[in-house]
Amino acid sequence: MRKINRFILVLFLAAVSTVAFGQSSNFTFGLLMVGPYNDHGWSQANYDATQYVVAKTPGTQMIYLDKVNPADRPGTTASQLAESLVAKGAKLVIFSSDDMSDEAVKFAQAHPDIFVIMSSGDQVWKDGKNAKNIPNMVNIMGRMEYGKMIAGVAAAITTQTGQIAYLGPLANDETRRLASSVYLGAKYAWTKYLNRDISKLKFKVTWIGYWFNIPGVTSDPTQVADDFFNSGYDVVVSGIDTTEAVTEAVKYAAQGKRVWAIPYDYVDAIKEGNAVSLGVPYFNWGPAYVSAIKSAMTGKWTSHFEWNGPDWKNINNPDTSAVGFNRGSVLSKPAAAGVDKFIAELSKGLNLWKGPIVLQDGTTYLKDGVAATDQQIWYLPQLLQGIEGQSVSK
Amino acid sequence: MRDSRGMRAFFQVGGIVFALALTTVVLVASKAPPFAAYLNIALGAFGSWEVFSNVLVSWVPLLLATSGLLLTFTVGLWNIGIEGQITFGAIFATWAMRSLQGGGTDPAFVIMLSILAGALGGILWAMLAGALKTFGGVNEIFGGLGLNFVATAVNLWLIFGPWKRPGIASMSGTVPFDKALWLPTLTAQSRLSPSSIAIAVAGIVLVYVLISGTHFGLRLKAVGRNPRAAYLLGIPTWQYMMTSFAICGAFAGLAGAIQVTAVYHRLIPSISSGYGYLGMMVAMLVNYRAALAAPVALFFAALNVGSIQLPIVLKLDSSLAGVLQGTLVLFVLLAQGAREFFARKGGKR
Repeated sequence: MRKINRFILVLFLAAVSTVAFGQSSNFTFGLLMVGPYNDHGWSQANYDATQYVVAKTPGTQMIYLDKVNPADRPGTTASQLAESLVAKGAKLVIFSSDDMSDEAVKFAQAHPDIFVIMSSGDQVWKDGKNAKNIPNMVNIMGRMEYGKMIAGVAAAITTQTGQIAYLGPLANDETRRLASSVYLGAKYAWTKYLNRDISKLKFKVTWIGYWFNIPGVTSDPTQVADDFFNSGYDVVVSGIDTTEAVTEAVKYAAQGKRVWAIPYDYVDAIKEGNAVSLGVPYFNWGPAYVSAIKSAMTGKWTSHFEWNGPDWKNINNPDTSAVGFNRGSVLSKPAAAGVDKFIAELSKGLNLWKGPIVLQDGTTYLKDGVAATDQQIWYLPQLLQGIEGQSVSK
Repeated sequence: MRDSRGMRAFFQVGGIVFALALTTVVLVASKAPPFAAYLNIALGAFGSWEVFSNVLVSWVPLLLATSGLLLTFTVGLWNIGIEGQITFGAIFATWAMRSLQGGGTDPAFVIMLSILAGALGGILWAMLAGALKTFGGVNEIFGGLGLNFVATAVNLWLIFGPWKRPGIASMSGTVPFDKALWLPTLTAQSRLSPSSIAIAVAGIVLVYVLISGTHFGLRLKAVGRNPRAAYLLGIPTWQYMMTSFAICGAFAGLAGAIQVTAVYHRLIPSISSGYGYLGMMVAMLVNYRAALAAPVALFFAALNVGSIQLPIVLKLDSSLAGVLQGTLVLFVLLAQGAREFFARKGGKR
């Protein structure tokens, strides 16, 4: 009997110690992800960045919750889940999706002693439209517009049919500017590198309704990608957080079709289909997270907004570049040369967000020679002229 | 073998033990420590007042949905359309809130009207399912499922269309309501609204009294057991079915309104949060007895909230709570079936 009692005691202590873990760490921070931590997309890019933080910042420990969305965790709110992380010792919480922004603000205001990183948001951007005074919040975003433009160049040089498709999530400021950036890159390569008539390039955007498939709620991205490939679009650029564009391209390539895809978000997303992936524009959140977390640890935290670009010396440097482009082995020599040339031009100051830029409804957005401000890019009100697809959800 | 109270308890406990055993096997198979997992769920639900108040926040809409379903189950109807009724309750509550906010009306009055509008929305959507059943001959399961899809579509259309945020349509829902229009909570930090608890408790008490202490409840049971016989005895069966649909819809609508006014403070795409389906599981687990609904709903809410600890602490998927809930219902129903089988066998002897 004593042995059984001792065994139960040991089990209990082991369980309690498991429950109480994290209390001894110097600085515990938490991460909330909208999708699964291993989605090979947006959430995994954030998850890997926090692993980078732990490796680069001694004394830190990371706890996380994934699938933070009302469909996967019914009845919960992101602020409630953030409090669960705080209860386990988190002194800083990263809300890593724009969809959590209301809850992140609610949480930050209710917990002024907890540091909050709201990724991809503009809540504390002093020059933004939604500026709020939240001293414990920092906004971090990467200038993915560059990665998307590079993707557009790769797509334009690769397409055999002159038809490029964009598998979009939902229409908002962020997604409009990213889809438009792909188009700007494609248009530049099509007209400047290939010397072709822009009217011969078809560029179509279809929004599925969310960042990933929610059966019964969103359009099925697999179906949308299939529709693209079946209607002559031979390069599908993905704007969603999961890899359906690649998996469907693999399927069609296996049937003998010459099709390609460009995934998004995560550096290794091309591994889902090496034979069809031209490359992936990806986020590298690690360096910015390290900087923010170190500032919280050392008492140097100040509320601010940062929109970080690539390191033009090496856009794939994991320690310095906020966005990169991981090219696929299937990228042809001419396309690879075009991508290299384009990156070199960008590093020397080429700006495609410069007038004349006309919106989808014919309104002149930027007059000839006028460069867009950060606000004009961030808050792009419509898709650009030349893009087929809805500028706003209807 | 006699179907005694002791025998019933034996089979029910047996069902629970089997469910726990199966969940433990799942945990061991995924190389997770079962004891630590259960302990973390318990601590995550009852370890502090803060987490327990989150359990109560989840308990309110679940208990309201279960309360309504107890009535439709009593009359022999599977109101699977309850998810859509919760959604329509939320839509009507949001509509009332949007119409009245900023107009100088007293916030307490606006909240009250929104909750009542929510109940009305639930009633209307439930009556539609009832009408399809009664006048169209459409089985309430198929009609309800179809109406759930329609409700989701309407909800999404509103969020992405007429009620979208300025310039941005977002899956995060409509613009949050002004703080003055949030259902008041215990403290500024708390999510728990005493008035929502009061509504849920009043609801289950009302259902208990209706079913077990009124002529109305007796007639509902009669219709549920044998509609033909009830009709021949002079009970207007379709009217009773429609009434039970309407009351269930009111409860579902209240749940949706509370999701909007007390939990999310806006309309979101998954506003029903699956409480309708979960409520069906609770109702089945308690064998349609109102007296047990409140504690079992609390247990289910505790599993939902407590399981959040699993990914944080043990890197386990929190869907384990769903596994436990599902197996509990399955094994308790199986145990009931086994008990009835043995009771019949014993009776023959």
